[in-house]
Amino acid sequence: MAPPNQDKTNAIGLTRSDYRGERSTLCPGCGHNTISAQIIRACYEMSIPPSKIVKFSGIGCSSKSPTYFLSQSFGFNGLHGRMPSLALGAAFGDISMKVLGVSGDGDTASIGLGQFKHLIRRNLPMVYIVENNGVYGLTKGQFSATAEKGLALKHQGENPFLPIDIAKEALIGNASFVARSFAGDPQQVRELLKAALSHRGTSVLDIISPCVSFNNREDTLHSYQWGRQHEAPLHDISYVPTRKAIILDEFIEGETKEVTFHDGSVVVLKKLEKEYDPRDKWQAMKILEEAEQNHWLVTGLIYIDPDQPNLYDYLDLTERPLNRIPSKELRPSAESLEGINKSMR
Amino acid sequence: MQNEIESDQKVNDPLSKKVNDFCMTICTVNGSGSATSNTTLLRALFHMGIPVSGKNIFPSNIKGLPTWFSIRVSDEGYLGRVAHDDIVVQMNPVTFEEDINYNIPGGVVFYADHINMQIDRDDIIVYPMPVKDLIEKAEVPRDLRDYMANMVYVGIVSQVLGIGMEYIENALLSQFKQKPSVAKSNFAVVKLAADWAQENLEKRDHYFIEPREPLSDYIMTDGNTAGALGAIYGGFQFCGWYPITPASSLAESLNTFAPKLRNDPETGKNNFAIVQAEDELAAIGMAVGAGWAGIRAMSSTSGPGISLMTEYMSLAYYAEIPLVLWDVQRVGPSTGLPTRTAQGDLNLTYFLGHGDTQQIIIIPSSVNECFEFGWKAFDIAEKFQTPVIILSDLDLGMNLWMTKRFVYPDKPMERGKILWEEDLDAFAETWGRYLDIDGDGVPYRTVMGNQHEKAPYFTRGTGHDEFGNYSEDPEDWRRVLDRIKQKFDTARDELPQPEYHFKEGAKIGLIGMGSTEPAILEAQDKLVDFGVLTDYLRVRALPFSSTVREFIAAHDRNYVLELNRDGQLHQLLIIEYCDMTDRLISLSYVDGLPMTANWIINSVNKKEKDYGTS
Repeated sequence: MAPPNQDKTNAIGLTRSDYRGERSTLCPGCGHNTISAQIIRACYEMSIPPSKIVKFSGIGCSSKSPTYFLSQSFGFNGLHGRMPSLALGAAFGDISMKVLGVSGDGDTASIGLGQFKHLIRRNLPMVYIVENNGVYGLTKGQFSATAEKGLALKHQGENPFLPIDIAKEALIGNASFVARSFAGDPQQVRELLKAALSHRGTSVLDIISPCVSFNNREDTLHSYQWGRQHEAPLHDISYVPTRKAIILDEFIEGETKEVTFHDGSVVVLKKLEKEYDPRDKWQAMKILEEAEQNHWLVTGLIYIDPDQPNLYDYLDLTERPLNRIPSKELRPSAESLEGINKSMR
Repeated sequence: MQNEIESDQKVNDPLSKKVNDFCMTICTVNGSGSATSNTTLLRALFHMGIPVSGKNIFPSNIKGLPTWFSIRVSDEGYLGRVAHDDIVVQMNPVTFEEDINYNIPGGVVFYADHINMQIDRDDIIVYPMPVKDLIEKAEVPRDLRDYMANMVYVGIVSQVLGIGMEYIENALLSQFKQKPSVAKSNFAVVKLAADWAQENLEKRDHYFIEPREPLSDYIMTDGNTAGALGAIYGGFQFCGWYPITPASSLAESLNTFAPKLRNDPETGKNNFAIVQAEDELAAIGMAVGAGWAGIRAMSSTSGPGISLMTEYMSLAYYAEIPLVLWDVQRVGPSTGLPTRTAQGDLNLTYFLGHGDTQQIIIIPSSVNECFEFGWKAFDIAEKFQTPVIILSDLDLGMNLWMTKRFVYPDKPMERGKILWEEDLDAFAETWGRYLDIDGDGVPYRTVMGNQHEKAPYFTRGTGHDEFGNYSEDPEDWRRVLDRIKQKFDTARDELPQPEYHFKEGAKIGLIGMGSTEPAILEAQDKLVDFGVLTDYLRVRALPFSSTVREFIAAHDRNYVLELNRDGQLHQLLIIEYCDMTDRLISLSYVDGLPMTANWIINSVNKKEKDYGTS
């Protein structure tokens, strides 16, 4: 797929620059900037109006990034580890919005672990990106909970603890969509983003995103070099919007697996030599465990259950945007209050 | 049971007939099902037209520990707590001896006769109740016997005091609306016990109940139910909450009533959402998100939850996000006394948040006002684009009160300065999320989902300018934070204003807030007998109304009455009116129980004596 020309417009007549944000103030070369660029491109290519996207983040380098994409979208930078609750409450304002959350490993895997797990448990439709670099960047280089055992950092010494694996936590928490990618593989990041944006539940994207300043030694798990050498993609995936409703020609029948999303769009999974079915949870657990044993970086769509009911399904909620319901419809009648008064006699 | 703050035991004249003026405490074991019996008595008295209040003094326990239920009746309408008992109904052997010490001389004890205890006092009248015999006679199924045993005292007490059986039957029917057969089987036990009492007990005490004109302007319910209904009529659309005593029943009442009252007219689906969060950190995060997105958002909790919510409340203050937060206060610090009442969160909530934070607080004093503030709070929050904290407490929130009927909101909802697509089209001025266009400190806001190209902005708790852009500029910081302060000065006289009760010629002021009102009103009346005339101001909101200054200035001494150790309302008044500190005197204590009129009377009299005036 050739990168679209800047002058071109998408299906709703917008250019790529309509999806851009402020200039990034993160370090040059930061993996987070690559991810921001792919968010811009994915949303552009999917022709989602920026006004129908809402962005959230917590605290940390990752959480600064929502200002670096989609300036035409509303956004809210909340508290450390507590973006899930903020996004959940806001989502009820208008459930037709696409909810996009950006967090980091410090934000999600420490104070935010509880809210992360409970977001997954409720299966709120939203994309939850973890820009994972194993280090606290904004406070200048402390270990995060995803740092691998034995990692040595300047001023910190050696990390004695085993890491928290965000994809595993999501899977054990019954997440309906778990993917992992690598910021150095922009195409895969983009395709996974598109799949996540179409999923009708919480989509967890754990994206290894190297910190160029504090954790990018060649032999560490979250560095570019390590990632490039050890990345083992599960499969290539391509996202095909419903409007075109075609499966790309180069995919040969028998070598594809289709996952149909509730909005009608389809993710087509291209199998590599390894037979992998992302709807098989046991297989997903196994592959993550194997990867950990073998120090692999498994990337791709690890698990998906497109049919898992989401939070809105449980609440018998009207589909009208709650924040546009006229006030007079929100106040029950005077007669109903008289009935209540009577019942309390 | 009741820590005596004052010695208010009075000697009853055994010859005088006491009609509709006494306090009765029923002592039972938690989890034995006595709540139904106690409420039946309370409701029957209410149906008889007698002003009545019920206070449940209960342990932090599900089953097994002692619990007390005090019913006060008063023709004069004095419904605050009293620290003595005229009548004790004793069903709990564990507390038997201790409880009887709270009986005033000339008082009455009803006790289950299977409790083998010596009663050493000869100044009280004692009626044994053959609870086990009667239950056996009533042929109650074995598994319901303990529960039904409580209906025995309902029957005997009613017969001796003169509560008509028709009122008891009605009270049971109104409690078991859905299950008339349960009401019937309970009533059978009550009737059997009443008949036994009629045949076997000779009335020797001097307490009587007589019916009055029906209290048709009144209803009976608790503050948490009222608060939830207020929220429903105030158009709440989102509640994130986490269980905590004594606030849980507020959100649970939303769950009970909202699905019936708040459906989309076209689809019949809910136009609100209630989410039980994983903790208070998340509950408030959800409410902040929802308030930001333009729906009427709320949460409810108690002290420990408020502590956890502090950081998001600080953000909501600075990012100017409307939401309503109920604090149903219990006793702190720490876990404190989870099932006891206090007014100890005033300072915490007023300054809730790090840095320069100040929140709007509104303080209801009655169940009826819980309803009223329940809906008004949303209007205030959206008008001033800031959190509003409603300070209730356990006494108000969980106890059943006789209260004025709920009054339907007298004005349409006030949604504040919110701009939709067509508003932005028509908006001639430059719009910025934090730009003060009208000079009242309150900017205009847009919310998520607004499709206008000018609408979107980025909300953050970090420094920002008038357009929501990140800024570390010293001038930007000062300007924005000073402008937020200006909102609170604007709000001051638009919040619920103080309520006053004057006595002709008074030079002394009483200042209070919240659920201490019944005790203060009673004390104000009774202080007249001591030659102490007082005017009473009840603070209903913070920041203080500018009229508070006039009240303080008009009185030589103002006693500030509150249920906390440090006199927090007094402290805030001192900060605000530092030029009048010599006129402000703190009278405060906390022991977990509601304030009594006698404590106020004794404390004020003692102080007045110190000042050499009486």
